Amino acid sequence: MRARPRLFVSYGSEMALLPTWTQKIAALVFLALLALIPFGVIPGLGFLGDSDWLKILSRVAIYAIGALGLHILSGLAGQVSLGHAFFLGIGAYTAVVLGGESGRTLLGYSLPMWVWLPAAGIIAALVGAVIAPTAVRVRGIYLAIVTLGLVFIGEWIFRSAVSVTGGAQAGREFPELVFRFWKEEEPFLDFTADGPWFGINMTGEAKTYLLLLVFTVLTIIVAKNIQRTRIGRAFMSIRDRDVAAEVMGVADARHKLLAFALSSAVAGMSGALLGAFLGRLVPEQFSLLMSVQFVAILLIGGVGTVTGTLLGSVFVVVLPRLVQDFTSLLASTVESGTGLVSTVAGIFVSTAADDPGIVSTLPGTSPGLNVFQFNLVLYGLLLIGFLIFEPLGLYGIWIRVRNYWKAWPFTY
Amino acid sequence: MASALLLAQAGGQDAVEKFANATSSGVALGAIYALLALGLVLIYKATQVLNFAHGALAALGAFFAAYLATVLNFPGRYVDFLPLTFQWVLSAVTAVLVAAAVGLVLERLAIRPMIGEPLFSVVMITIALDIVIRTITDDLVGTTPRPLGDPWGANHLEFGPVTIAQTEVATLVVTIVTLIGISLFFRSRYGVAMRATAFDQEAAMAQGISAGRIFALAWAIGAGLAAAAGIFSSLYPRSSLGVSGSTAFFAFRALPAIVIGGLDSITGAVLGGFIVGLAENYAGAYLVGETWSFLGVGFAGVMPYIVMLLVLIVRPYGLFGTEEIRRV
Repeated sequence: MRARPRLFVSYGSEMALLPTWTQKIAALVFLALLALIPFGVIPGLGFLGDSDWLKILSRVAIYAIGALGLHILSGLAGQVSLGHAFFLGIGAYTAVVLGGESGRTLLGYSLPMWVWLPAAGIIAALVGAVIAPTAVRVRGIYLAIVTLGLVFIGEWIFRSAVSVTGGAQAGREFPELVFRFWKEEEPFLDFTADGPWFGINMTGEAKTYLLLLVFTVLTIIVAKNIQRTRIGRAFMSIRDRDVAAEVMGVADARHKLLAFALSSAVAGMSGALLGAFLGRLVPEQFSLLMSVQFVAILLIGGVGTVTGTLLGSVFVVVLPRLVQDFTSLLASTVESGTGLVSTVAGIFVSTAADDPGIVSTLPGTSPGLNVFQFNLVLYGLLLIGFLIFEPLGLYGIWIRVRNYWKAWPFTY
Repeated sequence: MASALLLAQAGGQDAVEKFANATSSGVALGAIYALLALGLVLIYKATQVLNFAHGALAALGAFFAAYLATVLNFPGRYVDFLPLTFQWVLSAVTAVLVAAAVGLVLERLAIRPMIGEPLFSVVMITIALDIVIRTITDDLVGTTPRPLGDPWGANHLEFGPVTIAQTEVATLVVTIVTLIGISLFFRSRYGVAMRATAFDQEAAMAQGISAGRIFALAWAIGAGLAAAAGIFSSLYPRSSLGVSGSTAFFAFRALPAIVIGGLDSITGAVLGGFIVGLAENYAGAYLVGETWSFLGVGFAGVMPYIVMLLVLIVRPYGLFGTEEIRRV
C-alpha cells in the first residue's frame, strides 16, 4: 500500500507540500546541490561556482522571488498584471530610503537590513492595496492596460522624486547586503565581503548567493503554502470562474485586493533585494520591459505552478548569457576556422564593418544587430515560439516527459 | 492705472494665444492618437486581440516611408514629372501598403495559431512581437532620427495669433478621411462580414464567412493604419527630426485613448484620441513653472494614463464601450 504512488489515505497527506517520499528526497538532494554550487564541487557543473555565474544565479534567485509574487496574483488569482515592475520599484525605493545613506539631496536613514527588507514588503503591499480597488473594477484586457499605465506613471514618479531615487539616469547607492543589529560599525554578518565563514573560505559572491538562496526557499514555502490554504483556494476559484466563486460565497473584491497586496509585498522585497544586489539602480530600470520579463517567466515556465515559475526564472535570466556565449562562439569560429561550419556561422555574424550578418560583434553602428539587440529579438521570438508550440511552458514539457517514463515501456 | 489695464490686456492676449496654440497642437496630437486608436480598435473588434505591437508597427511603417522617400526615391523616380508633394504621398502610401503586408504575415505566423488560447497568452504574443519589431526597427533607423523627407517641413499657417503647422493640417485631414473610410468600409460587404465575425464567430462562419480571411484583413488594415499613424507621429511635434526610437512609444499613449472611449467603439476611439491629445498638451502648456515644479519633468507624458484611470473609476468599460455581460 505504502509504495503505490498517488494513493493518499488522508486529506492531509494529499495536501502535503511534498506528498511522496521520492519527492521529499529529490527536493532535499536538489537543495543540497544548489547549496554546494558556490564551492565548485559538483562534477560537471563546477563552472557555476565562478563569480560571474554566481552573480547570474543570484539574479535568478531575486527574479524567482519577484516572479513568485506575480504567480500569486496572475497564476493563482488570474489577474493579468503588467504593473509588476512598479511594485518592485516601490520596494526598492522604500529600502533605499530606510537603509541607504543620506546625502546632500538624498533621503536616507541607514537602518539595518532587518528593518528595510520587511518594510519594503509592507509599503509595497500597502500601495498594492490602495491601487487594488481601482484595479478590481476592471477585468481582462482593461486590467492589463490599467496596470500598464501604472508602470508609466510609476516611472514618472521615480524620475521626479529625486530625493528618494537619485533622479533620472543618475540613480543612487543602495544599502549593502549586510546584517547589523543596529548602526554599529562592524556588521555582524557581511554577505558581500570575501573572507572565511565558519572556517570555510568563501567569496562575497558565494555568500550573497547563499543568502538569496535562503530567501528564495522561504518564498517558495510561503507561495506553496498560500496555494493550499483557504485563501489560495479562493484565489483559484476566482481565477477559474469569478461569478461562480461569488455565488459560492467567495468575496470577489476582497480576495482580489488580498492577492494584489500579497503579490506586491513579495515584489517589493524582491525589488529591495535587486537594488541591494546590484548596488546602484536608475529609475528607468523599473520599466515595462521588466514587467514583461516577469510575465514571460510565468508563461515560459507554466502559469499557475510554483515549479514552472522557478524554471521560467532560470530560463529568462540565464538566456541572455547563453546568447552572448553563443554569439562569441560563432564569432570565434568565423575568425579561426574554414569549412562549412565557419561559413554558416559567417552568415549570422559580422565581424567587420563591411561584413553583412544578423549579429555584429562590433560596438556602435555596424551592419546587423548588436549582441544586446540580438538578445532581445531572440527573447521575443522564443517567447512567441513557446506560447504557440508549448502553451503549458517548461512545466508542460516536464509533465510530458514524466508521463512518458511513468508508463514506459508502454505508450500509455 | 492705464498701464495696468494695458498689461492685463497683453496678458489676456498672451493667454488666448497660449490656449489657442495648445488647443491646435493638442488637436493635431489627438488626431495622431485617434489614427492609432482606430487601428487598435479595428483589430480588437474583429479578432478580440489587443495589439500591443501597434507602436512597433507604426515605427516600422514610418521607417519604410523614410527609406522609400529619401533613400530609394520610390516610386518618385518613375514618376518624376509629378509635383514633389504628390511623389512623397505616393511613397507614404507605398509604405502603408508594405506595412499592411507585414501585418498579414504577422497575423498568419503568430496570431492565427493562438485563436482560442487564453487572453494572457495572446497579449504576451503581441508584446513579444512588439519587442522583436521594435528592436529591429531601432537597428534599421540607427542612432539618430531619420528624416521622412516630407514636403511640409516646418512650414506653418497663421490665423491671427494661432500658428498651425502644415503637418498638423495634413494629420487632421488624413485622420478625418480615414475615419470616413472606415465608416464606409463597415457598410461594405467585407465590413459587414467583419462585424458579423466580431459579433459571433460561429454564426458568421455558418453564414459562409471565412473567419480566417476576416482576421487577416483586420490585421492588414490595422497595420496599415499603424503605419499611417507612425508617419504622422514622426512629424510631430513641429520641430521633430523624423522617425526615431521614441516613435513607437506614441502607441502606448494611444492605449489610454481606446480605454477611455471603450475598446470596441470606433466613435469612442476617435473621441478618446482627441481627449488624450488635448489633455496631454494642456498639461504640457499649463502644468509647468514654479507652482507645478513638484510634478517634475515629463508629467504631460503620463497625463493620458491619469485621465484613463479617472474615466475607469467612473465607467469601467469606457465612455462608449459595451459592457460585458457575464453569464453564470
